[in-house]
Amino acid sequence: MSKAAKSNALHLAILALLFALFFVLPAYHVGAFSRIMVLAIYAMGFNLLFGYTGLLSLGHAMFFAAGMYGFGLGISQAGFSVAPAFLTGIIAASVLALVVGYLALRTAGVAFMIVTLMFAQTVYLVILYFGEYTRGDEGFVIQSAQRVFFGIDLTTETARYFTAFVLFAICFLWAAKLIQMPFGKRLVAIRENEERARMLGYHTDSYKLRALVVSGAFSGIAGASYALLFGYVGASFSTVQYSIFPLLWVLLGGAGTTIGPLIGVIFMFYLIDISSSYTTAYMLIAGVVLVLLTLFAPQGLAGTLRKRVFPWLP
Amino acid sequence: MAAVNVLEAKGLTKIYGGLEANVDIDFQLPEGEITALIGPNGAGKSTLVGMVVGRILPTRGSVSFEGADISHLPAHQRMQLGMAYTFQITSIFPGLSVYDNVALAAGQKLAGDKGAHDQKTRQVLDRIGLADRHDQTAGDLSYGHQRVLEIAMGLAQDPKVFILDEPTQGLSETEVDAFIALIKSLAGETTILLIEHNMRVVTETADHITVLDQGRVLASGTPEEIRSNAAVQAAYLGTTTDA
Repeated sequence: MSKAAKSNALHLAILALLFALFFVLPAYHVGAFSRIMVLAIYAMGFNLLFGYTGLLSLGHAMFFAAGMYGFGLGISQAGFSVAPAFLTGIIAASVLALVVGYLALRTAGVAFMIVTLMFAQTVYLVILYFGEYTRGDEGFVIQSAQRVFFGIDLTTETARYFTAFVLFAICFLWAAKLIQMPFGKRLVAIRENEERARMLGYHTDSYKLRALVVSGAFSGIAGASYALLFGYVGASFSTVQYSIFPLLWVLLGGAGTTIGPLIGVIFMFYLIDISSSYTTAYMLIAGVVLVLLTLFAPQGLAGTLRKRVFPWLP
Repeated sequence: MAAVNVLEAKGLTKIYGGLEANVDIDFQLPEGEITALIGPNGAGKSTLVGMVVGRILPTRGSVSFEGADISHLPAHQRMQLGMAYTFQITSIFPGLSVYDNVALAAGQKLAGDKGAHDQKTRQVLDRIGLADRHDQTAGDLSYGHQRVLEIAMGLAQDPKVFILDEPTQGLSETEVDAFIALIKSLAGETTILLIEHNMRVVTETADHITVLDQGRVLASGTPEEIRSNAAVQAAYLGTTTDA
């Protein structure tokens, strides 16, 4: 089987597994996996920029928040139904990524991290400033009656799981396709050696900007999905913490791998979930595990698998 | 016979602070021929080439390519017009396979046509002798093979002007022989600018030689003319040994 065929088979197998999990998992874990799949979309968006293009943003929460507020305010303020509100969320995140990218990509390395961090902080403060509409820190709830899509009530566990599944599947296959395309290969080239890519005739600045917009759009889809499926929009999702999460997920799961983001989110979710049932000092346990993984599997779980067992891993 | 100049530089000057790296350099590449740029360390070769390919902004002067002024174009657009440049210090994509390295180089023009893209990539790998290593990670190759890969990337771009910055640096004698054979096989196909320290490579391949010294063109002409030029002998040939 060729490399591409193997990776396609792997992706379809993972989707089949996620589909089947609904029928075997207890209710609590079905709920957990709905959340995991949405957050994995966010992680995949981050991975496109960080894992494939080599750009480390510390402000991705602003794109997640843009998607979430674009959707939430679309419903609460503009009176949109689900579909146009969702689209508004994606557009808001993409446009924000375009503007931030245009300005922030003049910098590189540490400066890029700081500039994105500052922009995210600005977005957070803007959300608080317009508290009249956004309800600030407190946030607002999207009523169950407004979370209906073509007659399907998205607040039931089943509808929620399969909506998350469909959104995840689309993003997962899209991301996998993207990195197979010349566009994706060029992003990797920029990560590996930007100056060389430029001297092969590639307009690297333009590729980096496009990567950021796609990454922002993924994050926006995740933010809008979160608001849609869990019915809550709040400023806490635009804080630094939510910019650091995708970095942790991707590092743990394996940066620059298609399955790493999902693995990272599952791992981190259950790490905190299980350890917090034993001790209140669960963040300490999470911290120790992170340190150990960084020491012994610096390329993340999927990255280490690729290095040691499955060199064909996409 | 007066050949057409595919690339021409006029009055190229680069001043860093008070240091004159290049002063008023006039320079031509006759189409389809091999021109070597030589000169002692610090003569300004890398600065001149940097200005030609667009990596360094000149203080003044102009560069034209196929008759059109390209002085204002950024490097990547000059490459798109048909230049290729290989780096003095090996510059490849270390984490990618040999095949992907070459495919990226060929893909700038051919990415739209999958079949032609793959064919070109394989053809270049065959020609350069890396076909059986196409699956290896480029960063794991030996130094010599990495240099060869870098040249392969230039070839895959199908350049009208191929600029090689000290391509044989650090290569063994056999590898240098292979390089000389490759460059000779390209003659007529493409125009080559060779920045080179190894005089054997220069004398065996070049149709023209331009000698730089202290940021200025000291002499320019056929290998015979250069060899018999007293100023060149004093400045360069008599005082340096082969690298």
